[in-house]
Amino acid sequence: MSGLSLKGISKSYGTVEVIENLNLDVHSGEFLVLVGPSGCGKSTLLRMIAGLEEISDGTISIGDRIVNDLPASQRNLSMVFQSYALYPHMDVRKNLAFGLTNLKMPKAEINRRVQQASDILQIGELLGRKPRQLSGGQKQRVAIGRAIVREPELFLFDEPLSNLDAELRVQMRVELASLYNRLGTTMIYVTHDQVEAMTMATRIVVLRAGKIEQVGTPYELYNNPQNLFVAGFIGSPKINTLPATASSNESGLQINITNIGKFSYVDLATTTPNISVCIRPESFKINQTAELNLDVEIILVEYLGSEIFLHVKIATGQTLMVQASGKSNYKLGEKISISANPQDCHYFDADGQRIQAKNA
Amino acid sequence: MAESITTYDKNADAAEVSKKLRAARVKRENRQGLRKHLFLGIFALFMLYPLLWMLASSLKPENEIFGRLSIWPSEFIWSNYTEGWMRLQVSFTQFYSNSALVTILSVIGNLISCSFAAYAFARLTFSWSKFWFALMMMTLMIPYHVVLIPQYVMFLKLGWIDTYLPLVVPRFLASDAFFIFLMVQFFRQLPRELDEAASIDGCSPYKIYWAIIMPLSMPAMATAGIFSFIWVWEDFLAPLIYLNDIQNYTVPLALRLFVAEDSQSAYGQMFAMSILSLVPVLLFFVIFQKLIIKGIAMSGLK
Repeated sequence: MSGLSLKGISKSYGTVEVIENLNLDVHSGEFLVLVGPSGCGKSTLLRMIAGLEEISDGTISIGDRIVNDLPASQRNLSMVFQSYALYPHMDVRKNLAFGLTNLKMPKAEINRRVQQASDILQIGELLGRKPRQLSGGQKQRVAIGRAIVREPELFLFDEPLSNLDAELRVQMRVELASLYNRLGTTMIYVTHDQVEAMTMATRIVVLRAGKIEQVGTPYELYNNPQNLFVAGFIGSPKINTLPATASSNESGLQINITNIGKFSYVDLATTTPNISVCIRPESFKINQTAELNLDVEIILVEYLGSEIFLHVKIATGQTLMVQASGKSNYKLGEKISISANPQDCHYFDADGQRIQAKNA
Repeated sequence: MAESITTYDKNADAAEVSKKLRAARVKRENRQGLRKHLFLGIFALFMLYPLLWMLASSLKPENEIFGRLSIWPSEFIWSNYTEGWMRLQVSFTQFYSNSALVTILSVIGNLISCSFAAYAFARLTFSWSKFWFALMMMTLMIPYHVVLIPQYVMFLKLGWIDTYLPLVVPRFLASDAFFIFLMVQFFRQLPRELDEAASIDGCSPYKIYWAIIMPLSMPAMATAGIFSFIWVWEDFLAPLIYLNDIQNYTVPLALRLFVAEDSQSAYGQMFAMSILSLVPVLLFFVIFQKLIIKGIAMSGLK
């Protein structure tokens, strides 16, 4: 079990730089998830760690050795691909054993490892089948099994659940999490699905345009996003953003949400006048008063069973998202008032950086 | 001619109407099917006529081949086959052995060398790869007859004339751009993740080619194998140029010997041997075409 260290990693294709001077330490035994929008470089980064993509600059260390010049097979890692990449002409047993055979491992040891992996993943009865005879979930299990048998220092997952249907994805997510708890090996997992990231990660790295926006636990990213991008990217439905101006006075910071209203927040200090106030849908209270109050009209009701998402229009014409209990009975066109407490809001300056509360 | 359409009242008995509609549809389809098959049958007969004529001629008496319009022989001369086999100063057993040797070696050479070259073009990164690929493709546009003399001079200087080397050695040097192109196109369809997974599993590029790409490329290999077999087996020009001794002749060259310029030609025996020369091609095709159809499902992937 080893950690991973990326120092000054860059990757460019011609003149296009897809990853720029990236530094990251992955702790030993950690489940680190790389998330970000399409094209942010998360898969490229994973492939560079795997040795499938050359790096333009910087060093990659697994444990205490720099692996820049080592081929993929000698980095002592395993990778699970988005497309599973099972060898179609080999049965499941051969798929699992192929890597070990290449390592010229004794047959008895290969059989032991294949048996152990098939026990863990409950694929014992599939060992004689060809990949084409397996369902999506079974293929995924075999792909994970192929990674397990190598007993690597590092597991890499490249969006492994994205080809599964919703129900199977949830099931495999749970299985992956329990596999991680069982093996305790360092895992790096790429996804664009923030639910996967939030539910499985010990830490999440949010990437945008080849740069790290924030690294933190799921709790930190959700409750303490360091910039507007992370606030908007983490959380579903998306956080509401209202443009505002801020001015300091003796009672703290006076915040004036454009065309909506004013409130003051004593714990906040900023020198920039133009700020953004962000409020998560669940932070709104309906038909209650607080320091920030808004009269709104419901323009869409999304019923999800346990909760309802209300799309509401405020006076400026902007649409906000409000979360309500699934048992509430709101109607399209209904006029309601929503409110939020200043301490439940997130504040970002004109550059999109978080304005920290004084006591934070 | 437009067919009249019968309409039914919507309150009519559904089962009855359904039965009538089904019967009308079957009748219509049968009529259309008959027309189509009749047309295709005539077309097929037209295409097959030369082969049928040759088959019939191989069984006719010599004077009937060009002297009688009917395709059906007045009597069946089976001895054309037995006598034709032994008629020349060297028996056809020798010619078949020669052809088999040249063809089998050529097919093996083509499959190995062209698949190697195709793998390099499709999967490996090397300098100027696109340029080399374009250059290779350009060789497809050069007619064989243009390079015939320089090639002959080269093989003459190498002392390879009247041996099988000029016919076989080039096949081991990936000289057939068509097969390389065919395989490149096929290899490109195979997902790169398989190579990447294999490379993590400890495979070198050679091992990836041998253990992953080759087993998955059976349809392309079978196609190349079949074409290669047919073209080499039937090749007349190259053996004509490079082989002098009748002992070394291949089947197509031997068939030419039946046409005598100074004496009576044995056309019946020539056609009999021509028919026999088609048998290996037919057998090879029947055996290996299954591989083309079978392929290997790419269902290890999503």
